[in-house]
Amino acid sequence: MNWEAKKLIWKDYQKEIPDDRYFYVRSCIRQNFWPASEHHFLKIMREDLGKDVYETEHHTTCGGIGYHCDIVKVETVMAIVARQFALMTEAGYKNYAVSCITSFGLYTEIIHTWQTFPEILERTRRQLKEATGREFEIPEHVAHASDIIYKLRHEIAAKAKYRLVNQKTGKPLKVVEHIGCHYAKMFPHKGVGGAEYPYVLAGMVEAWGGEVVDYPERRHCCGFGFRQYFVKANRGYSLSNTHKKFESMEAFKPDMIITNCPGCPYFLDRWQYVIAESEGKTYGENGQGIPVFTYEEVAGLVMGYDPWDLGLQVHQIGPESVLDKMGIPYDPQAKYKGLDGKDIGKPEFPQNIMGCC
Amino acid sequence: MEDTIVILGGGPAGMEAALSLAGRGHKVYIVEKTGSLGGHLSRWDRLFPQQEPAQDILEELLNGIRKADDKIEVIYNAQVQSVKRRMRGLEVMLSNQQLLLVDALLVCCGFELFRAERKEEYGYGIYENVLTSADLEDRFKNRKVLCSDGRVPERVAFVHCVGSRDEKVDHTYCSKVCCVTAVKQACEIKELYPQTEVFNLYMDLRMFDRYFEQMYHKAQSQYGVHFVRGRLSEVSETADGKLQIKTEDTLLGRPMKLTVDMLVLMTGMQACAQTGELSEKLDIKVSPSDHFFETKDLFLKGNYAHAKGVFLAGACTGPKSLPDTLQDARSAAESIHRYLTD
Repeated sequence: MNWEAKKLIWKDYQKEIPDDRYFYVRSCIRQNFWPASEHHFLKIMREDLGKDVYETEHHTTCGGIGYHCDIVKVETVMAIVARQFALMTEAGYKNYAVSCITSFGLYTEIIHTWQTFPEILERTRRQLKEATGREFEIPEHVAHASDIIYKLRHEIAAKAKYRLVNQKTGKPLKVVEHIGCHYAKMFPHKGVGGAEYPYVLAGMVEAWGGEVVDYPERRHCCGFGFRQYFVKANRGYSLSNTHKKFESMEAFKPDMIITNCPGCPYFLDRWQYVIAESEGKTYGENGQGIPVFTYEEVAGLVMGYDPWDLGLQVHQIGPESVLDKMGIPYDPQAKYKGLDGKDIGKPEFPQNIMGCC
Repeated sequence: MEDTIVILGGGPAGMEAALSLAGRGHKVYIVEKTGSLGGHLSRWDRLFPQQEPAQDILEELLNGIRKADDKIEVIYNAQVQSVKRRMRGLEVMLSNQQLLLVDALLVCCGFELFRAERKEEYGYGIYENVLTSADLEDRFKNRKVLCSDGRVPERVAFVHCVGSRDEKVDHTYCSKVCCVTAVKQACEIKELYPQTEVFNLYMDLRMFDRYFEQMYHKAQSQYGVHFVRGRLSEVSETADGKLQIKTEDTLLGRPMKLTVDMLVLMTGMQACAQTGELSEKLDIKVSPSDHFFETKDLFLKGNYAHAKGVFLAGACTGPKSLPDTLQDARSAAESIHRYLTD
């Protein structure tokens, strides 16, 4: 593996990412899957790094899942997106930060369509005005939230309390980085590092002391292909995709997985349980699964946030093996205590995914 | 009074055209941008279809140039700086400030190999055991084709059409020589290492010229080379340093994974980097579809550029095999001779 050659490719795929003044839009499903991730993105940006990030409760879904499932027409999705941009315009912002990968891909696709076909942009403007009375400007910059953390990775590293390094051996943790398909596969030049060798997460891992694992099925879908999962009869495909990835990464003995998509951490996390239950197979050390994190969770861990405040107790595969390696203290008794100190309930763990409880 | 022709490019086309023109009594300047003649031919080991040593062909051309030194003058390390029209002919200023007054100009700037790095998913430059056909040819010169760790490869795969017939890289044309070169190189691997398994991953096998089909049959019947109809989608490295490739067997209609020790990318031809600049200086046309120079027509004026006194030969007008390039050069010389003597 020639990392220098990879860096040459990365040079071709650099995008301009402002480091401040963003209008932030949340993801529909991340708020349910990993609610603390978005919370900690805002917390790190505002409180730790002093950035201006604005959000409003008035924004809606982008319509991306419906669009990609062929149940929402593109014209409808354009009107929804136009409304989101109108909210940004009204708030006085020009930089648009997106939590969801599918939304990011959709915004990119729609802006590209508008720039290619100005008559479609005019039609969308007219429709939005007629329907809501609103007007909008196209953002000057659209960044996925992971782009922004990538941009600020060295600032985060400078404030870090912990590193992605095994404290006992002194060696970097081996980290699988998994990029959501809609991040750069459709528009490679809109993603840091392009589509084939994305650098957005690899850059964070490097800056925070870890070592990226390049394994054969690195580019493969996590298993949350919309037609695989949302069509119930196809869910076997979803599982088999995830299974394929774990079989491929197993030989590299990764310590953890970092992701930047709403669905990827969910499926990579939860399907490990299903594989363990159905086949009795686990992919981590000592019968454990491989912990899967969002990039905000990893940033939070590095910066010294409490693992349970980061919401790591809602992961199927417990994070304890990684916390132990990084030397992060945690209170096992507090794992299932809510913010008010009340018990939030324990999941029933399968016997063959150890380290969950 | 002898006529004077300047030839831009000292590859096989430039050399052969110079020899033909000198043989007809014309004075010829070859302007070569590097310090030696030969172009891509000097990098090759053996040539299809009958394994002729490339060096022998090159030597014969060079000997001819040496013998005709009263008629052919080679100007090395120089390029065209500007061109002005005269009453009859052209005034060509070179980058070394030498001024040539010529009656005709022949462009033989040839081609460049497609940069395999552009097909990022194939991992050229990233994975050590991913080579191009030109890299492999270099290794054939030493009769050793080993993996980066010094092992004899147990499995080698050739990927056809890298940078050819590919809309993604804006090269929709066929480079003509890659299929037959892949067959030649596959057989040469088997000659070196009979135990090595060799796969050729192709879209179509374009065995259009004399002896090509026989080579293809020989590759299968004598050497046991496997031919799989399918285009590669991606390459990755496994934990033990091998290459996992994903493709589709389109005859079986099934996706396929293959683990190999070495992958050879059959890089196609693309117009040389100076094409745009030369087209402006010489006021000649470039085809918008493939970016090579455009000739006046494809039949009777196949070596005429769209400017008076300017001619084209070799792979600067599109991919050509070496025999076709040499034929084209002779044809261009004939066209120039007619133009000057009519």
